[in-house]
Amino acid sequence: MTRNLKSALFSAVLVLAVAYPILGLKLDIVGINLVVVGASTTTVLVIFAAAFLMFLRVLFNEQISAMWRSRPQKPLMSDKTSNFLTLPSTQRWFLGALVIAALVWPFFGSRGAVDIATLILIYVMLGLGLNIVVGLAGLLDLGYVGFYAVGAYTYALLQHYFGFGFWICLPLAGLASATFGFLLGFPVLRLRGDYLAIVTLGFGEIIRLFLRNLTDITGGPNGISNIEKPTLFGLSFERKAAEGMQTFHEYFGLPYNSINKVIFLYLIALLLALLALFVINRLLRMPIGRAWEALREDEIACRALGLNPTIIKLSAFTLGAAFAGFAGSFFAARQGLITPESFTFLESAIILAIVVLGGMGSQLGVILAAVVMILLPELLREFSEYRMLGFGALMVLMMIWRPQGFLPMQRPVMKLKGER
Amino acid sequence: MSRPLLQASGLCMRFGGLLAVNGVGLTVHEKQVVSMIGPNGAGKTTVFNCLTGFYKPSSGTILLDGEPIQGLAGHEIARKGVVRTFQNVRLFKEMTAVENLLVAQHRHLNTNFLSGLFKTPAYRKSEREAMEYAEHWLEAVDLKEFANRPAGTLAYGQQRRLEIARCMMTRPRILMLDEPAAGLNPKETEDLKALIGVLRNEHNATVLLIEHDMKLVMSISDHIVVINQGTPLADGTPEQIRDNPEVIKAYLGEA
Repeated sequence: MTRNLKSALFSAVLVLAVAYPILGLKLDIVGINLVVVGASTTTVLVIFAAAFLMFLRVLFNEQISAMWRSRPQKPLMSDKTSNFLTLPSTQRWFLGALVIAALVWPFFGSRGAVDIATLILIYVMLGLGLNIVVGLAGLLDLGYVGFYAVGAYTYALLQHYFGFGFWICLPLAGLASATFGFLLGFPVLRLRGDYLAIVTLGFGEIIRLFLRNLTDITGGPNGISNIEKPTLFGLSFERKAAEGMQTFHEYFGLPYNSINKVIFLYLIALLLALLALFVINRLLRMPIGRAWEALREDEIACRALGLNPTIIKLSAFTLGAAFAGFAGSFFAARQGLITPESFTFLESAIILAIVVLGGMGSQLGVILAAVVMILLPELLREFSEYRMLGFGALMVLMMIWRPQGFLPMQRPVMKLKGER
Repeated sequence: MSRPLLQASGLCMRFGGLLAVNGVGLTVHEKQVVSMIGPNGAGKTTVFNCLTGFYKPSSGTILLDGEPIQGLAGHEIARKGVVRTFQNVRLFKEMTAVENLLVAQHRHLNTNFLSGLFKTPAYRKSEREAMEYAEHWLEAVDLKEFANRPAGTLAYGQQRRLEIARCMMTRPRILMLDEPAAGLNPKETEDLKALIGVLRNEHNATVLLIEHDMKLVMSISDHIVVINQGTPLADGTPEQIRDNPEVIKAYLGEA
């Protein structure tokens, strides 16, 4: 008991020692002098209360953990629900409903909501692309945002210098990103796990810094502005069309409404995301998709069966990067302005978090996680200071309660011919 | 006797100062079962690794049907038809049994990106045939009812059989089994013996085997190669090996 008391006292003092200087003291400016003032009495009381609670917690540590253990263990959701939610047929129906809803609602939604939905769709695309590399091929890529940047800058530069339109640049951006994915795949072929993560992290940063320092071409930290928005078969959605062009509302004889542009962008994003979904869904069931998963499971066995690990890895990197390129060029078109600061490591981390939260390899999971990860910070704007804290807490809680992600991938059931 | 399918001679493998394999040679004829035996640490698996391209042998030649294959990468040798299993089973554990078998057929499938994307008739046909072939072999190794179970959840003996079936998916010319009976109970070992018999008699498979279970080795081998401390010790039919005093000494120690 004395030992418990001792460590309890120590913990309480530690809480005080850490919390009081950080939360209990404040710097204030009086005239031109900086003075230290104590925080309000309530804050100090809260600190002491926290210290006291800590004291009790450590003092009765054994009793509390015994109580915790004796409580019946109940998982977050029962196996049955979990199984039902991850069944491919359930997911297909759910996805179908989601697509129909996504097609209809923007015509009734508010401008801001449609805008956020567009952003979510960009992240869905990125998440699906990264899912190939991380979820399927098992290659932890922390520099994925680099390919996103390549895609965005490909469109921005081609538009800025050569006046190319969005629809020509979209495939070009995908191609450029895929090329980068392919080239950056080479040096990391021999790496796995942590080492791979660190090198790809470096690549992501190198691409960003490169774009930032190539001031003559990319405009450096100022980025590139006035990037053209996509057109509908040559019809612009601006109020006034550029020379030789026609606007959407004039052509259809509608009054000008800026929401048309937002909805149009949303629909393009939806189209791209659906395309990505379709392609990746097919890839999963194709020999190459199975080879990616086999590579994740056991590289040596792959080699023993005559699968070339080099080609499998490079194809995962290349295809994953291509989707980031599409997303990037759309991002540039939507923003109208891109700077290297849009492509920091934090973006990579968010995309990775989407993949992990959703459940590695799972498509619907990624969509759901993208919604959660983008929508929550938008809804909780007042608490934006605590955003990172929230992400961290969410990750930790997920790892404890549902380490496989929201909706983990379920193995496809193959019908055998001789089966009833 | 048919012509030699796999012929290795003067095989050496050096790791720094350690000569793990020294001048080992072996010949495997078509439709033969050849066993490699020797005490633990004799270098049997190292020989396997050299033959299958996981190590590059320091010296020596390996001929597959007269064509030199030493120094090629592992997947290239595998594509030429030299396919192996592993001492500790290496299945794709999260994938189902049937998926394991489909992955192994990668080389024989329609891997064209666009035809898979649009599910062209040619692609569908190739996938269907792969399924049928996988099904056929699942039946042969008695795992059909477990087709959609993740491979990692199968019992150990079943995993061993699945690994052999997976090798057969690649249409190998020579099947190399690294201690297939390790960790199996007597009944499972009997089943394995029967399976190897089926492979040889019905599927015309050529098998090179590393094994410690002498009963198994003696009953199914056409030819046995004995290795001790990296050097070849004896070479002959099971009867010759059984009576060879050198072999008895290496296994049991000097009297």
